[in-house]
Amino acid sequence: MTDRPLADSLISPPPAHPESRRATSRIVPRDSIAGRPLIAVVAIMTFLASLTTGAVMLVLASAAEWQSDVAREMTIQIRPAAGRDLEAEGKQAVEIARAAPGIAEVRPYTAQESARLLEPWLGSGLALDALPVPRIIVLRVAADRRPDLAALRAALGASIAGVTVDDHRAWIGHMRAMANTAMAGGVGIMALMLIATILSVAFATRGAMATNRPIVEVLHFIGARDGFIASQFQRHFLRLGLIGGALGGGAAMAVLAGAGVFRDVFLGTAAEEQASALFNTMSIGVSGYAAVLGQIILVAAVTTLTSRQVVSHTLASIE
Amino acid sequence: MVRFENVGLRYGPGPEVLRDLTFAIEPHSFQFLTGPSGAGKTSLLRLLFLSIRPSRGLISMFGHDVATLSKDSRAILRRRIGIVFQDFRLLDHMSTYENVALPLRILGRQESSYRQEVLELLHWVGLGERLGALPPVLSGGEKQRAAIARAVIAQPALLLADEPTGNVDPSLAQRLLRLFIELNKSGTSVVIATHDIGLMDQYDARRLVLHEGRMHVYE
Repeated sequence: MTDRPLADSLISPPPAHPESRRATSRIVPRDSIAGRPLIAVVAIMTFLASLTTGAVMLVLASAAEWQSDVAREMTIQIRPAAGRDLEAEGKQAVEIARAAPGIAEVRPYTAQESARLLEPWLGSGLALDALPVPRIIVLRVAADRRPDLAALRAALGASIAGVTVDDHRAWIGHMRAMANTAMAGGVGIMALMLIATILSVAFATRGAMATNRPIVEVLHFIGARDGFIASQFQRHFLRLGLIGGALGGGAAMAVLAGAGVFRDVFLGTAAEEQASALFNTMSIGVSGYAAVLGQIILVAAVTTLTSRQVVSHTLASIE
Repeated sequence: MVRFENVGLRYGPGPEVLRDLTFAIEPHSFQFLTGPSGAGKTSLLRLLFLSIRPSRGLISMFGHDVATLSKDSRAILRRRIGIVFQDFRLLDHMSTYENVALPLRILGRQESSYRQEVLELLHWVGLGERLGALPPVLSGGEKQRAAIARAVIAQPALLLADEPTGNVDPSLAQRLLRLFIELNKSGTSVVIATHDIGLMDQYDARRLVLHEGRMHVYE
């Protein structure tokens, strides 16, 4: 290859060269960053985090519904004892309950209904007369007014011996604890996944910085500020974070949407009934999908900020 | 423009590689920085383009005490200094045109605003036909001229060149020297670090001679 002679001076402005008009190259080349492995890691982390979020939201929604159902009801229980007329005491309890403020509906369970409640444990065709089955009266609480539970207990207790009124407070407490545990578990898993993502991005950024050290030095020597250099890496990692997040979050959305399809396909089967009993609609709803979308943005933001932090830290060591 | 007062430099706990340097570089001046290998030429150049800090003494550049400047301020000051590295340090994935335009790009300028400037400069240094060539396919002399073009595109007040003729034949070395002289005539102060006596003999200029870490100035 030969060197071309230097032009002594500018005679006239040269025409714009076609090659100078092509798209400007990236200062940090895209293929110098291990993009695919990082996209895979970010996608997997986002997928798992989104599934966790979806599961937690399903549990929370179901628990809230159970709590709401249970909180709207109370149960009067009259235990059988020798020499007692359960029928008469039952009617008396119904009258007292109907008279109590805040009770919208009073429904005494018949002997057949009580038998059905025991069927899962004792089988069908029960002879209830032979068993000390308590009389159950279900009260539905008025939506606009809370009943005075203490007054109701006192009124029932004064007339009927051995009567109990259960407002399911213990159940609600258990469900609340279960929902809180699920939430804490979900937050813990999310935190671990975010930490794993941050560490993966940090390692990838350090690798990219080492690979592109000559570029960083040239930029530094020609007067680029640290913020400019960091932004060259940051834009790559933002793209990788968005792609990985979109892939993982999109896959999680598909799986969560598939849960709804599963319900429709297996409608009426035992599996569907059990799943519906646990999770009602099996759908995380619009807010759930919005949360997954938020996670994609969060992962992209974490990826970008982590890379910027690592680049800035590395640049700080260069004079 | 640049003033060194009793500047000393040591790396870590080792001995001083530069001692009691006191000199100035005036605007529009031309000087050779020379001395035997290991005398500290590259270290002095690194001090001049703010790549390292002195162990002692005062360095004033463009009216600023560099010891008091923030990192961002030093970056901005560095934009007034053009640097030609011995190993060129062109970015291999960028074309000659893009390499030369890089200092303008980091200033945030749009390509349409600097395209003509870059093209004119590349024609001036004889690379008008090599705009789209990547550095790996350029000859040593072409790389050197591209590196020089990149160093001067932003019209620096001070141009530092480290052994700019170290990798070229005598004929090209002479042409490069003419290029530096032209740049100096256009107002840029030039410091050429070299141990090429033949090159220095071609142009009567001030000589900053480093020997065992000390400087002797021959006007």
